[in-house]
Amino acid sequence: MSVLDIPFGVLPRTTDTAGLPVPAPLADSDRKPLTKKEISADHPTWCPGCGDFSVLALYFKLIEKRKMHHEKVTTVAGIGCSSRFPYFVQAHGAHFIHGRALPFATGVALSRPDLHVCVFGGDGDAFSIGGNHFTHTARKNVKLTYVVMDNNVYGLTKNQTSPTSPLGFKSKTDVWGAKDRPINPIKQAICAGATFVARTSHTNPNHVLQMMEAAMDHDGFSFIQCLSECVEFYPGAFDNSNPRKGGKFDLVPADHDVTDEYAAYKLAEDLAPGKFGVIYKASRPTKNANEQAIINDHQSKVAGLAPWQILQKNFDRMK
Amino acid sequence: MSAVAESGQSAGGQPPITRVSEAIIRIAGNSQDGIQAIGGFLARLAGRSEQEVMTFMTIPSTISGGPSIFQVRIGSGEVQSAGDEADMLLAFYQHSYDNHLSSLKLGGIVLYDSDHVTEFKPENLDKYRHVAVPISSKTVEAIGGSGRDKGKNVFALGLLARIYDLDLDKLKRLVAERFAGKDPKIAETAIMAFDAGYSFQLQDLLKSYQLEHSQKKIGRPQVVMNGNEAIAYGLVAAGVRFGAGYPITPWSDIMEILRRELPKYGGSFQQCEDEIASISMAIGASWGGRVAVTGSSGPGISLKTEALGWACMAEMPLVVVDIQRGGPSTGMPTNIEQSDLNIACFGGHGDSPRVVIAPATVEDCFYSAIEAVNIARKFSTPVILLSDQGIATRIEAFPEPDLKAICQDITPDFSPVADHKPYDLAAADGITRHLAPGTRVGSGKYPVVTGLEHDELGHPTGSPKLHLQMTAKRRNKLKKLGQELPKPVVYGPAEGQVLLVSWGSAQGPVREAVDKFRSLGDAVSAVHVKYINPLPEGLAEIFKGFRHIFVVELTDEGLYGYGQFAAVLRARYCDPKIKGITKVDGLTWKVKEIVDRVRAGIAAANQASQA
Ligand SMILES: Cc1ncc(C[n+]2csc(CCOP(=O)(O)OP(=O)(O)O)c2C)c(N)n1
Ligand code: SF4
Ligand SMILES: [Mg+2]
Repeated sequence: MSVLDIPFGVLPRTTDTAGLPVPAPLADSDRKPLTKKEISADHPTWCPGCGDFSVLALYFKLIEKRKMHHEKVTTVAGIGCSSRFPYFVQAHGAHFIHGRALPFATGVALSRPDLHVCVFGGDGDAFSIGGNHFTHTARKNVKLTYVVMDNNVYGLTKNQTSPTSPLGFKSKTDVWGAKDRPINPIKQAICAGATFVARTSHTNPNHVLQMMEAAMDHDGFSFIQCLSECVEFYPGAFDNSNPRKGGKFDLVPADHDVTDEYAAYKLAEDLAPGKFGVIYKASRPTKNANEQAIINDHQSKVAGLAPWQILQKNFDRMK
Repeated sequence: MSAVAESGQSAGGQPPITRVSEAIIRIAGNSQDGIQAIGGFLARLAGRSEQEVMTFMTIPSTISGGPSIFQVRIGSGEVQSAGDEADMLLAFYQHSYDNHLSSLKLGGIVLYDSDHVTEFKPENLDKYRHVAVPISSKTVEAIGGSGRDKGKNVFALGLLARIYDLDLDKLKRLVAERFAGKDPKIAETAIMAFDAGYSFQLQDLLKSYQLEHSQKKIGRPQVVMNGNEAIAYGLVAAGVRFGAGYPITPWSDIMEILRRELPKYGGSFQQCEDEIASISMAIGASWGGRVAVTGSSGPGISLKTEALGWACMAEMPLVVVDIQRGGPSTGMPTNIEQSDLNIACFGGHGDSPRVVIAPATVEDCFYSAIEAVNIARKFSTPVILLSDQGIATRIEAFPEPDLKAICQDITPDFSPVADHKPYDLAAADGITRHLAPGTRVGSGKYPVVTGLEHDELGHPTGSPKLHLQMTAKRRNKLKKLGQELPKPVVYGPAEGQVLLVSWGSAQGPVREAVDKFRSLGDAVSAVHVKYINPLPEGLAEIFKGFRHIFVVELTDEGLYGYGQFAAVLRARYCDPKIKGITKVDGLTWKVKEIVDRVRAGIAAANQASQA
C-alpha cells in the first residue's frame, strides 16, 4: 500500500459515544440562550480577587445576552494568567503559545468566516513577545475581537516588568523601579491601524460588557484594553480609576469624535487613569472582505469548473 | 554525448549528422541574459518529445544578477542527474568561458560569443572544439537595439536548434507561446532572433547532432516543471486551501504560486509579518477544519520550531515545507544542502515526534505533497516536506498526473456529534481526531486544543500518569505510521559488497553511480529512503546483504565523522558498517565524486580492518 492510498475525504471524527444522541441541527430560533452554568467549564485557576474573573464573567454575559450558541463561541489565547481564559469557557477554544494568539486567530478568522473569534491575553503577550503581530493584525484589519487584560505586570511568571509597567514600578527584574518608558497601548493601536480601539476596566462591569458588545459589532479588528488588576503582584495598580478606591472613572467626553485619528491620539496622551470608552473607530475594508473579493474575482473566471479542471489548465500550459 | 551512429555527408552540402542518445548542454552567462529561458525552452521541448530531461542551475543571490548557469541534460534513456561533464558549453562572457571550460568533457564543443570571449589558453584550444559566433553583434544585426538588450538568448537557442537538429516547429511554437499575450511585436522579434541564430553559418562546426527518439512510451503526455511548482500544485491537488508564509529563497516561489492559485479554488495564502506568524496562522486554519500549509527555508524553519512543537503537542494536522539551502544562519541561500535533516526530525524542545518526508525528484515532489497532506490528516500530526534548493530549481519532465483521479476534496465536516474527546486514550486506532470550531457537541462538553499537557478533552493536567500516556500516544501513532509505510526497495541486487543509501535529491546521482559501478563489474547497490521520520520497516534486512554501507548526503561529516542521516541510521540500527559520504560545497553530487569517495571509503575500511 502506498501512503497515497490513505483514504481521504471524511475521516472518523469521534470514538465510542456510548449511545449518546447526536444533536439534530436545530434552527437557531429553537435554541435557548445558554446559561452561565452551561457556558462555564473548569473553575478558573486565578488568585482570589484577580481582575480577570470579572472579564470572564462578562464574556459569559455577552454570550448569554447575544444568544450565541456553544459551537459558535471561539476563544483563543496565548500564554499568561489571563491567557488561560479558553479553559474556563465551555466552548471550542485554543490555548496557543506565548505572544502568537493573534496570527493563530487570524488563521481561524480567514478560513472560517462563519465564526467570530475572540482573543484574550495579557500585556506581555500582546505588546512584548506579540508586539509585531499586534501591529500587523491591526493594519490588516482582520475581523476579530482582541481583549488585552492589562495588569501592567507579568503575572504567570511571577512579577517581572511588563511593557506597560509604569516608570518606577518595582518588580523582580527591576528591583530599583522600572526605567524603560512603558508603551501606550492605545496610541500603539491607533498608529498600527486598528479600526476599533476602546478602554475599560474590570472594576466597571457594565462598561466592560458595553465595550465587548461594541467590539463584537465592529466589522474589523476590534481592540479593547481592559485594565485588570493583578492582586498578587501589582495590587492597587488601577485605584486611580476606581471610584470605590477614591479614583475617577472618566468616560470619553461626549463631544469626542471617535473617527478623528488625531483627536483619539490626543485623548490617549495620558492613561493614568485616562478616559474610558471607545476612543477610536474607523471604517476600512477588512482583511476578510478583501480576501473574499479576490476569491470571488478569481472564481468567476473559472465558474463551472471542478478543481481538477482548474488545475488541468495549469498543467496544459506546462506541456 | 554518446555517439551511436554516424551518417555520411547528407545531401545539399549539409554537415553530417551524428545520432546521439543524450546531450548535456551547459549555458553560462549572467542571470539577466535570460539563460534560464533557453534552458526552459530546451527542457520543455524534451518534455514534448517524450524525452527525459533534467536541468541544473545556479542563480546568484544578488538581485542585480551575476554569473549564472543552466545545464540541461536531455536523453532518450533514463536521466537521473544533470550530468557530470557537459558535451557542449555555450559561453556568453570571458568569465563564463574561464570558469566553465573545465566542466566540458575532453573533445567537447565550446560555443562562445566572440564579441566577449577573446582570450584563450593555447592548451585549451587542443582539448576542446572552439566555435566562435559573434552572438551579441549578430543579435543586434538581426533585431536592432543594443548588445545589452534581450534577444541574445533566443539567438543562441536558434544556434543550438541547428546544431542539435531540434524540432523546429515545436520550438517555434514554444517561443510563440512563451511570448503570447504580450505585445505581438515582442513575439515577432523573438522569432527573428531565433531565425537569425538558426541560419547562422557555423563554419567551424562540421557535424550536427540528432537526438534519438525516445524509447519510452509513456502513454500520457509529459509535463515540465521545477520541484517548487510540483509541490505547490501537489498541495492544491491534495485539497489544501489555506496557507501562510514569509518570503525566503528558495521557498518563496511556492508561496507566490499558492497566493496566485488558491483564490481560484476558494482559498487563500497569506504573506505574514514573519515565519512565526505564518506557522501560527496555518495552525489556526488547520484547527478551523482543513489542513493548512506553511513553509520556509533554513532560518525561517528555525523560527517555526516553537509553534511546530505546539502542533506536535496539540496533535494538529499541518504541512510544513522546508526547501533546504546551505546553512547555518543565512549560509548559502542559493546553494543546495541537506543539512536541515536534524531540525526537521528533532528541532524543538521536548519530545515532539513529527513526520518527515523527503522527495527525490520533481515528480516525487508532486506526489509527496499529497502524501504529506494525507498523513497529516490521517495521523493528526505535523508533516515536514523536506525538499532542497536543487530539486526546487531544476526542471524535469514527467508523465502528466491523472488529475481527475488524484484531486481530493477534503472539505471539513461540521455536522453535530453526540460527544467527543479529541485525545481519547481508548480510541481504537490510537489516533487523535479534532472537531473544528462550529461543530455542535450534544453532550455540551467542548474540547480545547492546547500546548499544555492535557487530559482527553484537552484540559491541562499535571498528572504524571497522563503525561506518560499522552507522550506514548503521540509516539505510538507515528510508530503505527512507520509500519504502514511502503518498504524501501533495493536498486540493484539485494546482496553485494557495497550499499549506497540516499535520501532526498541524492537518489539520482547515487543510482547513476550504482550503474557505473555495475558496468565495471563491482557489486554495488543502493537503497533510497523517502520517509525519514518515522523510518519504514525493512532497512535492517536490506543492510544485512552488504559488507559496506555508505550514506551519501549533502551535510557536514559532523564531530563524529557521519552525516546527519547516517547518524540517525547508526542510532536506529546500531550497525557499525554504516559510514557517511558527505560534502557541503553547495553543489549537487557528481557521479564521479560518489564513485571516487566510495572507493576511498572501502580502502579506508579495509585498511582499518587489517590494522
Ligand atoms: C516563548 C516563551 N517565553 C516565555 C514564556 C514564559 N511566560 C509565560 S507567560 C509570560 C508573561 C505573562 O505576562 P502577561 O502576558 O502580561 O500575562 P499575565 O500573566 O500578566 O496575565 C511569560 C514571560 C513562555 N511561556 N513562552
Ligand atoms: S498572579 Fe496576578 S494576574 Fe495571575 S491570577 Fe494571580 S492575581 Fe491574577
Ligand atoms: Mg500582564
